[in-house]
Amino acid sequence: MSGGDAAGRLVRPFTLTGGRTRPSRADFTLITTVTAVDPAPARAPRPQPEQSRILRLCAEPLAVAEVAALVDLPVSVVVIMLCDLLEAGLITARPPHPVSRTSPDMDLLQKVREGLGRL
Amino acid sequence: MAGSDTIAPAPAPPETVKILIAGGFGVGKTTMVGSVSEIAPLRTEEPLTSASLAVDDLDGIEEKRATTVALDFGRITIGQDLVLYLFGTPGQQRFWFMWNDLALGALGAVVLIDVRRPKSSFAAVDFFERRGIPFVVGVNGFYGEHPYPAEAVRDALALPEHVRVLLCDARERDSCRNVLIALLDQLIEAAIEDGGGGRLIRPPR
Ligand SMILES: Nc1nc2c(ncn2[C@@H]2O[C@H](COP(=O)(O)OP(=O)(O)OP(=O)(O)O)[C@@H](O)[C@H]2O)c(=O)[nH]1
Ligand SMILES: [Mg+2]
Repeated sequence: MSGGDAAGRLVRPFTLTGGRTRPSRADFTLITTVTAVDPAPARAPRPQPEQSRILRLCAEPLAVAEVAALVDLPVSVVVIMLCDLLEAGLITARPPHPVSRTSPDMDLLQKVREGLGRL
Repeated sequence: MAGSDTIAPAPAPPETVKILIAGGFGVGKTTMVGSVSEIAPLRTEEPLTSASLAVDDLDGIEEKRATTVALDFGRITIGQDLVLYLFGTPGQQRFWFMWNDLALGALGAVVLIDVRRPKSSFAAVDFFERRGIPFVVGVNGFYGEHPYPAEAVRDALALPEHVRVLLCDARERDSCRNVLIALLDQLIEAAIEDGGGGRLIRPPR
């Protein structure tokens, strides 16, 4: 078992992920954006059908949660596939904007505030 | 990487931030997400092991049928380089273990209250208060009726002065937007107060 509290919480269906119980990469949060690398690196392994679907979806940047919703698979499964795609150099991942309670980012807050004001 | 200089640079993906829409069971969280989102709200289903549920909670759950917890979310494009995601937290108490993960990295939260049964959101208020996660309270009138003024709700919840309380209608886009704006105003106000202590002034290098 991989241990840790994440391991016990979510069933990890094994069919799509080759039976591995490797813990999710911490850098894939729900709002991490993933983008397919285009063109795909020449030496990259041939993606599985589900992976190809993901690659087509994230031709434009998409958040992990959006990918999961669009392919209709649990986030826990999608994250494992994204790990493989990242390892293969087929996608890039951008972490969310860091949020700190102790030193708030005023520029960010103002930007979100103004964006909402324009809605 | 070899040959990377011959590849046209892909447009940088936008930065992302999130806000939680929380509150008790059936108070209108998903409705609010849908009202302000620019896309039809998306949903993911996460299968759960029985290990994640307290033993008592398993009463009445069908054996074998996988239990799933649904997470719904929407998106607001703030600008070319910034996208805000809204996550409706699962309302049933037995799914609240997910709230901790969801709250990580969130700007803050909206705690929605059904004006007809405010008690159903007391625990949600406690959740964010205990963890020091900033939140505003949206009082969902359900039938557009607001029998109590915002201040009465504040008193009933024993909320501190800085927590904004808004009467709202989860079905109305403008109303929901105003609740989000109130959260941002509250965050900005808090940041300015902190800044008085010099935190916003970067030391010269
Ligand atoms: N009349 C009225 N109905 C509402 C309002 N908000 C939500 N509803 C309805 O109340 C029901 C529950 O609303 P949801 O938005 O699903 O509530 P929720 O908080 O997401 O519920 P859970 O996720 O199950 O906890 C739905 O049938 C909504 O259509 C409202 O402001 N007025
Ligand atoms: Mg809901």
